Amino acid sequence: MVERRYSETHEWVTVEGGTATVGISDYAQAQLGDVVFLELPKKDSTLDAGASFGVIESVKAASDLYSPVGGRVVEVNEKLTDSPELVNRDPYGEGWLIKVEVGGDLPPNLLDEAAYKKLTEAS
Amino acid sequence: MPYLVYSDEDRAQMLAALGLESVEGLLGDIPPQLRLQRLALNDGLSEQETMDHVRGLAARSRVYPDRLSFRGGGVYRRFIPAAVAAVTSKPEFYTAYTPYQLAASQGTMQAIFEYQTPIAELTAMEVANASLYDGATAVAEGAMMAVVQTGREEVVAAPHLHPEYLEVLRCYGDGRGFRVRVGTSPDQHSAALVVQQPNFLGLLEEMPALTRAAHDAGALMVACVDPISLGLLAPPGQYGADIAVGEGQQLGLAPSFGGPHLGFIACRQELVRRLPGRLVGEARDGGGRRGYVLTLTAREQHIRREKATSNICTNHSLCALAASVYLTYLGPDGLRQVAEISFARAHDLAARLARRPGFELAFPERAFLNEFPIRVPDAGAVLGRLEERGILGGLRAGRWYPDLEDVLVFCCTELNDPAALDELEAALR
Repeated sequence: MVERRYSETHEWVTVEGGTATVGISDYAQAQLGDVVFLELPKKDSTLDAGASFGVIESVKAASDLYSPVGGRVVEVNEKLTDSPELVNRDPYGEGWLIKVEVGGDLPPNLLDEAAYKKLTEAS
Repeated sequence: MPYLVYSDEDRAQMLAALGLESVEGLLGDIPPQLRLQRLALNDGLSEQETMDHVRGLAARSRVYPDRLSFRGGGVYRRFIPAAVAAVTSKPEFYTAYTPYQLAASQGTMQAIFEYQTPIAELTAMEVANASLYDGATAVAEGAMMAVVQTGREEVVAAPHLHPEYLEVLRCYGDGRGFRVRVGTSPDQHSAALVVQQPNFLGLLEEMPALTRAAHDAGALMVACVDPISLGLLAPPGQYGADIAVGEGQQLGLAPSFGGPHLGFIACRQELVRRLPGRLVGEARDGGGRRGYVLTLTAREQHIRREKATSNICTNHSLCALAASVYLTYLGPDGLRQVAEISFARAHDLAARLARRPGFELAFPERAFLNEFPIRVPDAGAVLGRLEERGILGGLRAGRWYPDLEDVLVFCCTELNDPAALDELEAALR
């Protein structure tokens, strides 16, 4: 089981063999409501940890997406173009957003499951 | 409840909260020379005396009959069938501020939908919005779509894009942070190539080649088109343009001192999320009945906020309705006829004028539709002679282009009947 880490801006990340998968949390998708559109980076673009990498648009809001990790984008979830609702239906599975090639460790400021749960319960 | 909602006391309170002494103080940001200090009107005139005075002033304006006006330059006199006003003057349309409560406004929603449909068909694009202010803002909005879509910061405008459209484009660019360059060669920094067809001088541009140049550079092609011309010319969708915009005044609206007019904008389906303004879609309710809704609203400014393409929230519904009635009433054949008659008259006039000594077509190798630039011996003298005979001659191109000092741009529509052409020719003899 790969451990999932969270950012304070409600993105999640898992890392397997040097590739990080990034999505938004179940809490975030529930708060946004029906996702209707995503603006995601192009493949091969480079992201900085903590920087905005796209926009997620729901029927009631448009929010920036912040990357928990830095690196080169190796894959973008193409399915979301036609089926953005996958983010609502399966935020930790089919609703992933991008895969990023990362070197080294995850940034230290990411939250584990328990800490993230505490964050969402506090808000 | 008081009929007058603000008492002097209310006003004083509001001004005090703002730290101002008078309502005038609210206008402090407007340079004094731009503000009307006082109307040149005597005090104490009765309503009747005031009307007499104002009518007297109005009578000093020279109004040329439509058939004897040969000036276009972005605003055109055309025959407007009575059917247009018969529909637009209905109080349900005419008096209401565009109501967007769907349940109460199905008629309005349908009217907008019935406008979007022919605009999309005419431009051969997949989707058109509920309208914009005018051709100039439509060009600027189209350019902004391209800037947001490509993430690039330069817009290339072809020479002889309407000079006032270019000014508005630059003005939007200042606020939005994109540069405007005049030229025809977009590069890797360009978000869009904007080309007007026919251009401001009436000449036809090589749209397919220019579209390829835009796409080769990874830029979008924004075609600013004359809607009547699409009765004859290939529509933007056919040569691969990404966004089609234009001024819709010719579709059933009077020139009326330059507005209110109608901006139209249409695009390919992939760009719909970038399309600014209102968009009406057809839907089915729970019982399977047809209904009309505002759709894809999340892309708009009130939800997407600063990430939206544009902060435009409104449209010109009544003008759009006029266009919708005009296009429906004429149909594709009627539109083609209007374009053909205008084409024939303008070419007849061009041939007749070019025969006059000292007159020659400014760009004899270039094709045109119903507006053309012609070099004359002395533009001021030619216009003066025509004015004496009650004829409004062509537009002086030198006002914008120093190299076209003695060039007049003449325009014909279906309103310039053959006898009017004879009169113009006789006046120059």
